Amino acid sequence: MDRDSQIMLKPDREVGIIGYGAYVPRYRLPAAEVSRIWTDGQGGTPIREKSVPGPDEDVVTMSIEAARNALGRSQGVDPALIRAVWVGSESHPYAVKPTSTIVAEAIGATPYTQAADWEFACKAGTEAFQAAIGFVGSGMAPYALAIGMDTAQARPGDDLEYTAGAGGAAFLLGPAEDALTVIEGSCSYVTDTPDFWRRAYRHYPSHGGRFTGQPAYFKHSTAAAQSLMTALGRQPSDYTYAIFHQPNVKFPQTEAKQLGFTPAQIAPGLLANDIGNTYAGSSLVGLTAVLDVAAPGDRVLLVSYGSGAGSDAISFRVTEALLERRDLASKTRDYVGRRVEIDYATYVRYTKKLRLN
Amino acid sequence: MRDVAIIGVGQTEVGEHWDVSLRHLALGALQAAMTDAGVAQTDALYVGNMLAGELTGQEHLGALVADFAGLRGVEAFKVEAACGSGAAALRLGYVAVAGGLANIVVVVGVEKMTDTLGPDTTSALAMAADADYEAAQGISFVALNALLMRRYMHEHGYAHHDFAPFAVNAHRNGSHNPYAMFQFPVSADRFAQAPMICDPINLLDSSPICDGAAAVVLAPAEAARAFSAAPVRITASAVGTDTLAIHDRRDPLVLDGAVLSTQRAYEQASVGPQEIDLFELHDAFSIMAALSLEAAGFAERGQGLRVALDGEIELGGRVPITTMGGLKARGHPVGATGVYQIVEVVQQLRGLAGSNQIPNARVGMAQNIGGSGATVITHILERME
Repeated sequence: MDRDSQIMLKPDREVGIIGYGAYVPRYRLPAAEVSRIWTDGQGGTPIREKSVPGPDEDVVTMSIEAARNALGRSQGVDPALIRAVWVGSESHPYAVKPTSTIVAEAIGATPYTQAADWEFACKAGTEAFQAAIGFVGSGMAPYALAIGMDTAQARPGDDLEYTAGAGGAAFLLGPAEDALTVIEGSCSYVTDTPDFWRRAYRHYPSHGGRFTGQPAYFKHSTAAAQSLMTALGRQPSDYTYAIFHQPNVKFPQTEAKQLGFTPAQIAPGLLANDIGNTYAGSSLVGLTAVLDVAAPGDRVLLVSYGSGAGSDAISFRVTEALLERRDLASKTRDYVGRRVEIDYATYVRYTKKLRLN
Repeated sequence: MRDVAIIGVGQTEVGEHWDVSLRHLALGALQAAMTDAGVAQTDALYVGNMLAGELTGQEHLGALVADFAGLRGVEAFKVEAACGSGAAALRLGYVAVAGGLANIVVVVGVEKMTDTLGPDTTSALAMAADADYEAAQGISFVALNALLMRRYMHEHGYAHHDFAPFAVNAHRNGSHNPYAMFQFPVSADRFAQAPMICDPINLLDSSPICDGAAAVVLAPAEAARAFSAAPVRITASAVGTDTLAIHDRRDPLVLDGAVLSTQRAYEQASVGPQEIDLFELHDAFSIMAALSLEAAGFAERGQGLRVALDGEIELGGRVPITTMGGLKARGHPVGATGVYQIVEVVQQLRGLAGSNQIPNARVGMAQNIGGSGATVITHILERME
């Protein structure tokens, strides 16, 4: 086995997505509002607006919404057969106590299931996704549920406040025979690169400014994507769609161009301008948007990025079953288009940035 | 006193060297300079650096760089004079060779500023100002320069856009320097629209935070031809000082330290401003370029900006400045800057400045400023015929 093939992750038994579901809260904070408060309206903004969770929403409630959408598209999979419920996020409501147990309980997957929370900045969701591929691909479990969901935190006034959004997606993984899309292989590329972090007991993350670009996002995204395409013997033109982690609009556009993807290939999955950076949900909610429009036979490349740092690249092939089942739950663009604009003060209230005691 | 010559120069690209350590930056420049000079050993190594202790957690750079350069055992230490550290190290090397205490001396300036977060770097740079009477009041280094610029505009009746020629000229020259951080031109319009940093200083009034290293090798002038086909004589090496705090100065819009430093340099070299073919000045902020031109005798008080507006600072002008991009476009890795300036003057005097070449450049001056003008180190270099 040559090295290119060795670095690719691929289970013995073929695995695919049985059901998928997105969730994005309805509230939108225009970037111009952040700019109005903090820079007197001067300077550009990295996106148009970002999604904001309502006062009664968190990663648990949002994960349940997405999981129900995923189950809806699975056409009758018994939740009791789901042997793992894994939630990747950097905004788990509890520091100690799983998000995933609550989600598992709500969808009827308890008690004979694994439940665990994943943490790897913005790629916690694709970490859970790949682990779920292994869980099913090894034959240990008939089904596993992987979720990437965030209500992203940003220090008021920080550059990240323009983009830190809320949303994500859930994926039920199972045998390829019943799948909407088949997973062709994946590749993880990880180094210890501290471009963005949040220490214990801190409310907001810190970041390395310009260091988050070239040596962090671009290096890891490129390496994961290139390695996977090499291992599969593919090139950008073999894919109908590509989705990259989208901390803003410019980064995924630049990354796509550098790799040789066209704007048309990334447009359907590029949601950052409308909902911001949904962190662990960012690339995954892009994937659900693509699955909402993809056709049988299409190939899709997903490339996540998580600070700290690493990228997961996953290659998919769409099957006929997608056409039959994708209308069984709300579409991603339905959530994106369902918007209620709020001002900065309302955003401060909804995200509990005012300390009341 | 012996005449001293520069027999080799070396530099690394200025930029954000996230994957290169402080010692390897220094090593790259040092090796390039020693290769250029054709020397494998040296009597002493002086390292100009301001912030390694604060930003890298590493002091004791003399022995460190000597060790990693394969020069273990040689006399070596670090010289610090805020943003003037690079020229201060050269000054020490000059003294050693001129005084007959050493024959071959390597001087390297190195700075690594991009491995820390912006606020930490800003705090560290504020150490160049008076800690008790300036920094403790919360004033950053850019804020001090903003006060000077505002005062200059007020007293002399200039508008902000009048400062544009400094950035336009620096970027035009930097765009032809492969070692420059910013190798692209900017227009006066772009200058006017640049984001505000600290009113009235905007982004294009300011030199960038960056990493870099530059080095030169010194030898007695009488022996220089044995090493280099185009040695350059140091005809002046002069230091002038002033108060650290701007508010203690006789006149905040006159850099008395620069006046002293330049006058001493002119006297040593027996030249005046009219003999200077190019002037690498310390344009950390555009206001500093204007004040430096005045202090060095190229313009009367309040007329430094006029020199720029009249195009006299351009490559073909009366006093070409920032000929390889200056601090603005080549970049300002603070403790390395003074050595970069020397390397660039040597390039000009050797006739190796490419499309930025000043025709028949014979005498060049470099001036490195520590703080807002408290330490000013001037070197005048002359082509050896």
